[in-house]
Amino acid sequence: MLTDIVQATIMGLLTGMVYGLMALGLSVIFGVMRVVNFAHGEMMVVGMYLAWLLFERAGIDPLLAVPLVAAALFAAGYGLQRGLINPFINVAEHMQFMLLLALSIIIVNLCLLIAGPDTHGVQVDYMFDSYALGPFTFDAVRVYAALAAMAIAFLLYLFFTRTRIGKSIRAAADNHTGALVVGLDVPRLYALTFGVGAACVGAAGALMILVVQAQPFLAIDYTLLAFVIVIVGGLGSMPGALAGGLLIGVSESLAGLLIQPSLKSVFSFGLLILVLLLRPQGLFTRRG
Amino acid sequence: MRLWHRLTGDMTTRGQVALAMFAALLLAAPAFIGSYPLSILILVVYFAYIGQAWNVMMGFAGQLSLGHALYLGLGGYTAAALAFHFGVSPWIGMIAGVLVAMLAGGIVGFLGFRFSLAGVYFALLTIAFAEFTRILFDHFKWVGGSAGLFLKVSGDPGLWHLRGGPVMFYYVILAMAALALVACRLMLTSRLGYHWLAIREDPEAAQASGVDVFRGKMIAVLISSGMAAVGGVWAAFYYKNLFPETAFAMGRSIEVILAPIIGGLGTLIGPFIGAAVLVSLGDVFTIAAEKIGEIFGVKTAGLKQIFYGLALLAIVAFRRDGVWPWLARKLGFVHSDPYLPPPAGKGR
Repeated sequence: MLTDIVQATIMGLLTGMVYGLMALGLSVIFGVMRVVNFAHGEMMVVGMYLAWLLFERAGIDPLLAVPLVAAALFAAGYGLQRGLINPFINVAEHMQFMLLLALSIIIVNLCLLIAGPDTHGVQVDYMFDSYALGPFTFDAVRVYAALAAMAIAFLLYLFFTRTRIGKSIRAAADNHTGALVVGLDVPRLYALTFGVGAACVGAAGALMILVVQAQPFLAIDYTLLAFVIVIVGGLGSMPGALAGGLLIGVSESLAGLLIQPSLKSVFSFGLLILVLLLRPQGLFTRRG
Repeated sequence: MRLWHRLTGDMTTRGQVALAMFAALLLAAPAFIGSYPLSILILVVYFAYIGQAWNVMMGFAGQLSLGHALYLGLGGYTAAALAFHFGVSPWIGMIAGVLVAMLAGGIVGFLGFRFSLAGVYFALLTIAFAEFTRILFDHFKWVGGSAGLFLKVSGDPGLWHLRGGPVMFYYVILAMAALALVACRLMLTSRLGYHWLAIREDPEAAQASGVDVFRGKMIAVLISSGMAAVGGVWAAFYYKNLFPETAFAMGRSIEVILAPIIGGLGTLIGPFIGAAVLVSLGDVFTIAAEKIGEIFGVKTAGLKQIFYGLALLAIVAFRRDGVWPWLARKLGFVHSDPYLPPPAGKGR
């Protein structure tokens, strides 16, 4: 039994790293622009479909397709922010919600129209490989996906701390007026941010296709999951998003093992309610 | 005369005549139209009614709820379960359903407002409670679990058991919508209504000038959840089946908020206009998608929703305050100075 619990925890941690990358995209966008991306899960599903398409048509392994998918979603995110979302930066929250809701309806149904309602997965040759460590086994696909997710999160950390653009984005997030005063091109920085956030979730989607089959209606579940993770971790905090991803990954996995799989989200939503009430700034952040 | 003035407010005589004619048309409609247009009209009035319920919370008091499916679902499930297990009349069940939903609304509101959650955080709390309840009902065997609850189709027809044809359901929902409209108008022009507007526009300033903000928000969420539950009971008996996956779905919460936002948030006629626009657009797009499928011989699953999404995008981008405030001024139905200012942006 204990072995099972440890095993499930490991599986949860590995999936949680990909969840973390997905939530990171949402957190980056909110942290900088204060816009809640209600089309986040939809972007995740687009990433899954793109990776599947590249695998089916060009035989590109999803792990290698990650940069391509991320680049495509970056371009889409940049364009969306420039053309559509920017006028909505300062309007009331419910109007932002309506805008992104309309976008999410369009995205999901484009997926449905093009790929159909059936599920699509990829069959890589290392699909059933696993590593053994003592009594525990690690699925190769999950290990690769988790490692890639961590690598991308690290690259993102470097981008925000080491590059000029990354620092400018953080400056614009900290003080909008100040950033304008020192001559930063804030609309462009916002567009870059939305692009980076979309690229993160796209990459997470490309990794997720290794473990989960793509289907249009997964989108709403991923959107809600990403919300739960960022709130639990602290909305707008990057380390919080990653830690929240791990926590939710493990809680889902353990609930699936110990209670029943269909009840797993009860724990995620229960945790969300508790965190919102007792620590709305998130579990892993200091400031209120 | 004072009551009359409270009811009509800033409407011009032209506006009052138009409203009266519109009401007469709605009352007489079942005598003139066939069963298909009537089913469309029923949907319009239903969405207008539940939109009005949500409007009390968001449009009047400024509290964004994205989980109103919770109250619709609890109301529907309570009345349906009582009818199913004990043969209780839906009207008695409705009282129980409203109380259950108000209890849920009270809990969500109390927790949210006590801990001063606002904006996105409060909205996420409402989503979380609805989703939480959805999954619990999936495992709640007394009401059928995820397999659903089905109401008996046969039995004594009549208003008392809410069993009958579409015409009966039409008049029931129309009466509910009309009552809600008048009640909302009276609330808005009362002391409570002015407190709500103050809370919506600037909670801190409202608090400073002596408005009990917490109490105002609590009353808004209680009234809103109770009204929504009544709509949920009607829907449960109209469709005669309930599934947790649809009764408490995020998608249902979204359906609730579309009509008032498209029509004009915080306005009383807005939910009707918004519902009419959305339902008729949905119908037109269904037909358009079918025709495109026939002409080009392709599968069009999802095409209707794409059109719908694009229309929503266009309305949000070009009529940010909703269709009704703009339309009412164009047609000269209200005096040029709008009675309710559009809700302010969030500012930064």
